[in-house]
Amino acid sequence: MVAPSIKVSEAPLMLYALRRADDALILGHRLSEWCGHAPALEEDMALANIALDLLGQARELYSYAAEVEGKGNDEDKFAYLRDVRQYRNLLLAEQPNGDFAHTLVRQFFYSAFADLYWRAMMQSRNPTLAAIAAKSEKESAYHLRHSSEWVIRLGDGTQESHRRAQAAIDDLWAFTGEMFESDEAERGLIDAAVAVDPATLKQQWLKTVTGIVAEATLVLPKSVWMQEGGRHGRHSEHLGHLLSELQSMQRTFPGVRW
Amino acid sequence: MATPNTPLWEVFIRSRNGLAHKHCGSLHASDATMALQAARDIYTRRGEGVSIWVVPSNAITASDPSEKGMMFEPAESKIYRHPTFYEVPEEVGHM
Amino acid sequence: MYTQALNTSDGDDRNVEDAARAAAFQKRIDAEERIEPNDWMPAAYRKTLTRQISQHAHSEIVGMLPEGNWITRAPTLRRKVALLAKVQDECGHGLYLYAAAETLGTSREELVDAMLAGRAKYSSIFNYPTLTWADIGTIGWLVDGAAIMNQIPLCRCSYGPYARAMIRVCKEESFHQRQGYEIMLMLARGSDEQKAMAQDALNRWWWPVLMMFGPPDKVSQHSDTSTKWRIKRFSNDELRQKFVDATVPQAQFLGLTIPDPGMKQDEAGHWIHSRIDWNEFNQVLAGNGPCNRDRMAARRKAHDEGAWVREAAAAYAGKRKHRQTAQAAE
Repeated sequence: MVAPSIKVSEAPLMLYALRRADDALILGHRLSEWCGHAPALEEDMALANIALDLLGQARELYSYAAEVEGKGNDEDKFAYLRDVRQYRNLLLAEQPNGDFAHTLVRQFFYSAFADLYWRAMMQSRNPTLAAIAAKSEKESAYHLRHSSEWVIRLGDGTQESHRRAQAAIDDLWAFTGEMFESDEAERGLIDAAVAVDPATLKQQWLKTVTGIVAEATLVLPKSVWMQEGGRHGRHSEHLGHLLSELQSMQRTFPGVRW
Repeated sequence: MATPNTPLWEVFIRSRNGLAHKHCGSLHASDATMALQAARDIYTRRGEGVSIWVVPSNAITASDPSEKGMMFEPAESKIYRHPTFYEVPEEVGHM
Repeated sequence: MYTQALNTSDGDDRNVEDAARAAAFQKRIDAEERIEPNDWMPAAYRKTLTRQISQHAHSEIVGMLPEGNWITRAPTLRRKVALLAKVQDECGHGLYLYAAAETLGTSREELVDAMLAGRAKYSSIFNYPTLTWADIGTIGWLVDGAAIMNQIPLCRCSYGPYARAMIRVCKEESFHQRQGYEIMLMLARGSDEQKAMAQDALNRWWWPVLMMFGPPDKVSQHSDTSTKWRIKRFSNDELRQKFVDATVPQAQFLGLTIPDPGMKQDEAGHWIHSRIDWNEFNQVLAGNGPCNRDRMAARRKAHDEGAWVREAAAAYAGKRKHRQTAQAAE
């Protein structure tokens, strides 16, 4: 017997929290894959710390989503029993770790956004989201600092690290646009000052990214085509494999406690 | 691989406001910025710190243990540096 | 203070092991004084400590792998973060221990190279596979439990940096054992399948854990000077017995059976276990355990594939220094 998937009712506020929770869970899970395999022990520590921060954010956001939904779901039901098409994370988060350059560039692109996002969300009219934002903002600030320093060192390090860092930027660039999108479901929340309009963060994000990339002697791609779909459950092929692993225990042993 | 060894740094943490920085260990990092971040990740995960110093290990000058006698024993006989050497009558009160 | 600062060339004096110096050193040890990095010490003391501390460090790092194997499959978010934090702690312990070992004059790079080349050992227990989630509970409960037995006395070992590293480690270690035991408790109170999973894990890990304490006292080669120099404060058998006595009631509370039908309690209340199969231990130490090759391959891979990253960081540091010097000159 296998635990069946659940479907959640996605009223706007609940969906809003769920999306951000999924971002944090998937990205945190990706980083946790490095544990024991990083280029230096000090980096094992750092990546694990970032992963723990993100997983913590995911847990708080899932708990809030469950509370708002009011149907008896919880963080584990959301994380372990929704199938790929119900997941609402950014495509950027689910991209495979690749080499260290890919992981750090992915982190940099995301954290540069998250830092701005959480700072803006500290002004949310929703006290729970504002409180989560206050905590997450400090974490994201550190993630941005750490990943920026690595992007600089990889870009302006050796020829090989430069090549790899540039390849990572080229590969991941098309996934950055999705961070700034919002849809009808979020429009109401934005108008009510519960959610920030992510499009308003784009200019500052670009400024930060351009600055670090330049210092790293790297270049941003000219292409403006952006991938999207994650927010609506249209994921890359990577997410299915990730969820197979993440969910395996709960799917194999339905209805028991761990 | 002929990478030179990554430099060694000593880490000092101030655990609470009002206390001095205390040595807690060492780590490897390529430069000061990374050393500070590594120190934070390794030595302050349980709220053990409010301030961090990182110092390249080779910047530390240490006294030679074999000179302990010369360096530190002469201080032991100068008891007039301690308050208990001096007698003050009890009637005067606490001093 | 530390080797890079002062002790770079082991000055001639320090290598002359005349009886007077050795006697003075032993007097300090007997007075429970701590030996610090630049104190005079017999070459054999330095050597044995370097070996022991670095082996301990290697164990922590390799030990990240069997548990790390289950992070992506942890069955709840709470278990996931607890396991990730635990494995991260183990990395941290490795770091504290390499730092302590380095104070004796060998760089971390040299120590790690020796391990990756197969010239240095790490604890035998990490050459066993984690096959189920119950293995994660069992490792926390038994392996960390055994480690704690060993590590608490080390907090008072004669070498300062090692003792201080162990104090730090012990503070963090007790969460590890509790995390493991809590997992076992949930399984033991769970479905029949979960109970069976827990019992199966105990069956597979019990004997390898007993072997962790090392060969019986009459066989072990390192003990005499280690005891004299207060590096080792209790014998293998003493620690093993202490561990068994503490653990049997814990297993009974879980409703699990120790896989030793011959184990009996003596008049003093000690649980006397059956004979250990030292053949298995020796085979594992010789590289023939179930996971030796996989563990080494994983660590070599991480090291090799990380080389370009470490080189990049070094190159950048060099460039930055050069730029700062050039700027200062303007």
